Amino acid sequence: MELYKCSLSELIKMLKENRVKLKDIHESISFRISNVDKRIKAFVSLNNNIKIDQLKTKDYIDDYLKGLPVAFKDNMSTEGIKTTCSSKMLKKYNPPYDATVVKKVKKSGGIILGKTNMDEYAMGSSTENSAFFPTVNPWGKNRVPGGSSGGSAAAVAAGMAPVALGSDTGGSIRQPASFCGVVGLKPTYGAVSRYGLVAFASSLDQIGPLAKKVDDIAIMMNVITGKDKNDSTSINNNYPDYTKYLKNDVKGMKIGIPNQYFEMEFDDQVRNSVISAVKKLEEAGAEVKKVDVTGAEYALAAYYIIATAEASSNLARYDGVRYGLRSDNVNNLRDMFSETRKEGFGEEVKRRIMLGTYVLSAGYYDDFYLKAQKVRTLIKNDFNKIFKEFDLMVSPTTPSTAFKLGEKRDPLEMYAADIFTVPVNIAGIPAISIPCGFDNKGLPIGFQIMGPHFKEEKIIQAAYTLEKILNLDIKYPELK
Amino acid sequence: MDNKYETIIGLEVHVQLDTDSKIFCSCSTEFGREPNTNTCPICLGLPGSLPVLNKKAVDYLLMTGLALNCEIASYSKFDRKNYFYPDLPKAYQISQYDLPLAKNGHINVKTKEGEHRIGITRIHLEEDAGKLIHEGSIDSSSGSLVDYNRTGVPLAEIVSEPDIRTPEQAREYLKHLKKTLEYLKVSDCNMEEGSLRCDANISLRPYGQKEFGTKVELKNMNSFKAIEKALEYEQKRQRKFIESNKDIIQETRTWDENKNITISMRGKEEANDYRYFPEPDLVPIEIDQESESKIKDNLPELPNKRKNRFINKYNIPEYDAEVLTDTRELADFFEDCVLEYNDPKEVSNWVMGEFLRLINEEKMSISDTKINGKLLADMLKLIEKGTISTKIAKTVFAEIFYTGKSPKDIVEEKGLKQISDQDKLEEIVKDIIADNPDVIEDIKNGKDRAIGFLVGQVMKETKGKANPQMVNKMFKEKIKQI
Amino acid sequence: MIDQKEVKYIANLASLKLSEDQVKKFSKQLSDILDYIEKLDELKTDNIRPTSYTVPVKNVLRDDVVKDSLDIKKVLKNAPERSNNQFRVPKIMDEEKK
Repeated sequence: MELYKCSLSELIKMLKENRVKLKDIHESISFRISNVDKRIKAFVSLNNNIKIDQLKTKDYIDDYLKGLPVAFKDNMSTEGIKTTCSSKMLKKYNPPYDATVVKKVKKSGGIILGKTNMDEYAMGSSTENSAFFPTVNPWGKNRVPGGSSGGSAAAVAAGMAPVALGSDTGGSIRQPASFCGVVGLKPTYGAVSRYGLVAFASSLDQIGPLAKKVDDIAIMMNVITGKDKNDSTSINNNYPDYTKYLKNDVKGMKIGIPNQYFEMEFDDQVRNSVISAVKKLEEAGAEVKKVDVTGAEYALAAYYIIATAEASSNLARYDGVRYGLRSDNVNNLRDMFSETRKEGFGEEVKRRIMLGTYVLSAGYYDDFYLKAQKVRTLIKNDFNKIFKEFDLMVSPTTPSTAFKLGEKRDPLEMYAADIFTVPVNIAGIPAISIPCGFDNKGLPIGFQIMGPHFKEEKIIQAAYTLEKILNLDIKYPELK
Repeated sequence: MDNKYETIIGLEVHVQLDTDSKIFCSCSTEFGREPNTNTCPICLGLPGSLPVLNKKAVDYLLMTGLALNCEIASYSKFDRKNYFYPDLPKAYQISQYDLPLAKNGHINVKTKEGEHRIGITRIHLEEDAGKLIHEGSIDSSSGSLVDYNRTGVPLAEIVSEPDIRTPEQAREYLKHLKKTLEYLKVSDCNMEEGSLRCDANISLRPYGQKEFGTKVELKNMNSFKAIEKALEYEQKRQRKFIESNKDIIQETRTWDENKNITISMRGKEEANDYRYFPEPDLVPIEIDQESESKIKDNLPELPNKRKNRFINKYNIPEYDAEVLTDTRELADFFEDCVLEYNDPKEVSNWVMGEFLRLINEEKMSISDTKINGKLLADMLKLIEKGTISTKIAKTVFAEIFYTGKSPKDIVEEKGLKQISDQDKLEEIVKDIIADNPDVIEDIKNGKDRAIGFLVGQVMKETKGKANPQMVNKMFKEKIKQI
Repeated sequence: MIDQKEVKYIANLASLKLSEDQVKKFSKQLSDILDYIEKLDELKTDNIRPTSYTVPVKNVLRDDVVKDSLDIKKVLKNAPERSNNQFRVPKIMDEEKK
């Protein structure tokens, strides 16, 4: 088998057993990128400083990644490598520091492969909002890869990276993972440091891995979790060795099926595929039961207040003074701000800044932001209550499979693509998306497993079991 | 100033807290470094950077709150204040909106009208902004330059209630505040370097009226004197407006130090919509009773308390106690000295006299001088023993002040020892009597005070080293015998 | 409902220059989104405390220790315009002063 097709864990195993040379892996991946990225356009930039001949498999502080390449979404700060957020605003921005996750990956022997395309500032669900170019779903020429971590998902799906990191604010890891047929985990808020992650919505953003197999997710979680003194919101916790939970066993696990999610209108093929996967878990010994939850539409409404409000503030720093774009069309200070921001931001970013500014502006705070924060309490309490009775909850990751490029023009229609993923961010809990089948167009379907705070290991165990039961070998889309 | 209109003043004071590192990052807070050398991804607001709160900044704020009789919040949080300006790297200031760390305090001030309590609404913690300067001269320049060294220096914002009724009270309030902060050693309160800054709100209303008049915000006052003058000016200006039925505009005015007037700063009003919301990058602060008590117990003795103790313990006049407790350093100096030389009034005379005279003359701070309480005590002991005269002591004092040498060594080196040698003095006295027959005649005729003149002559002759008491006694005896 | 006047006010607060067409478009789109958000009124939240922090943490503090600042070259390397180790911006007019 071609090396680029191997999963991260397979590559690690082969390296350990000296069955393969690190150099050959890098060359295979590099060759694959040069072959297919012209079509997929997953990368914004590639790391040109990898000296393949000098790569080592050992002697890192932790040897998890053994010199293997990792792709990073282009909103994670990398010293000396441009970090653009796929925005015209940061097209030339070259950070002077590494994000904590970047440091951790390097420390564990990971090599920065390149920076992946995304919706501008992580705002979107299709990667069409990249200021540079849209990324194409490897499974369908005219299909979006999902977003906002569309580049990371497509890179993994197309064999251009064994593993990638993405960020998830309302579904931005899980939704593209679902659309591209890969596994993607959004960890508990606070489990992974946000230091160096360019902020979209600070109270919702979380970095997580995208990979071909659940095994790889467990390995990456070992690498990236942990309290960081540079991130006040990161949590000190006894993070387990997640690879110990790669067990084919769901016996006695209590799994909830949220009534209100399944009562919504969504694609029948997605529904059938997810229900059949649930049945397989039940057959494997899980106790499956329906449960009432707060409707996901409320979470989505609260999300669009909280996320945009925080974004309007987080994106105010792009003013043309210290870094990034400055408009040439500047006569005075106010012009410099407003012209720079007009030229530097795309339409979706502007729309969200406008909405966020509006909901925080004088006289509206209580009606919108405060209300949304209260709804957040309700949703969080609701999940807490459910997880007293259930170990996990499952749902589709997305209401449909990958849609066509340019298909969704209305913002609200686009936002609805996040309906099943958003509640998880609102409550700060972890969730995974794993492939559970394909629709009749050959597009992957994603299965979401949600768990209580800091119980990623349970999610990983259930996902691993499902992966084994469904026996979905890594599939590769036909690419020329 | 006026019996028709009551003046309502509220003050907003920003104080830089004297921590080593900034409030949200580990950059140095040192003043006067090369531009932008005290900066990092966090205080530059680079994409992805995050704040982590400095514990000492919180402690200093709590100390300030407790010293100003505030309630300490059991639950507090930070908020973002959003506005665009080049000196604000994130385009929001991390501040505190509805849950400040301290609130409901007060300061008592004394003016000629008597004692007056001024409420403190709140004290909150926030970050300072950077500095902007014009490139070249103001007229010819086309650009401004930004230095972010000051960005992220911790600030305490202390907001008073509109309880102040006269510019004098405002000045006294500020003096008391500054004194307290200096006692706590939480800020150096240097107005020239901008570590203490004050804005004022002022309005007038007819006596008896409940509603406030239209208020004007005053900025850019760089000394307590300027604040008092600006408030006085504004009082008169507003009164003129009211009396000629003109509307006072709610606006911000800046104090023009050269012209001694306030000037309108139009245009600032356009966007005061700061869109405060809880800072998601920082977690809440909870302060339990135990940690509050711990800080309270460790507060130093504060100015008023110390003043009263000085009056009672050392039995010195209130005026002395007031002057001596003006700064913590001065009070410490005094007490260090009294510990070694137990005559508080004598020590007070020297501290308030020679010591403060030299300090003021040289525009020095206490820490710049070489003298300490122990050295002064040693000198006072030499006077007591008669080794030096009080007059010579002034020379010795100045020498200690500048060099820090021991008084004994100075007296040795410079040969300043008092002449108490009976024979030597008698000789000089005899000469003086012989040279001044007219004066002797006057004294014999009852003009006792003229003895002083003779003593003066001896002091002159001995360059001040004669023991004046002995000389005085000798003259009296000798003249009697004539 | 956000009318065009409000869109302009908000755009000014956010320092975003918008064309007349965009003002119209945003007025419509933001109004639609706000209509959707109105769903929240269906939930009773009278006595509910707001959640700003999903995971309970408090008092995260660091010691007051100075560490090295960033090298001045790195501080300035991304600056659109600089002069004398400072960031240069258009002259600040008096009426723009804070």
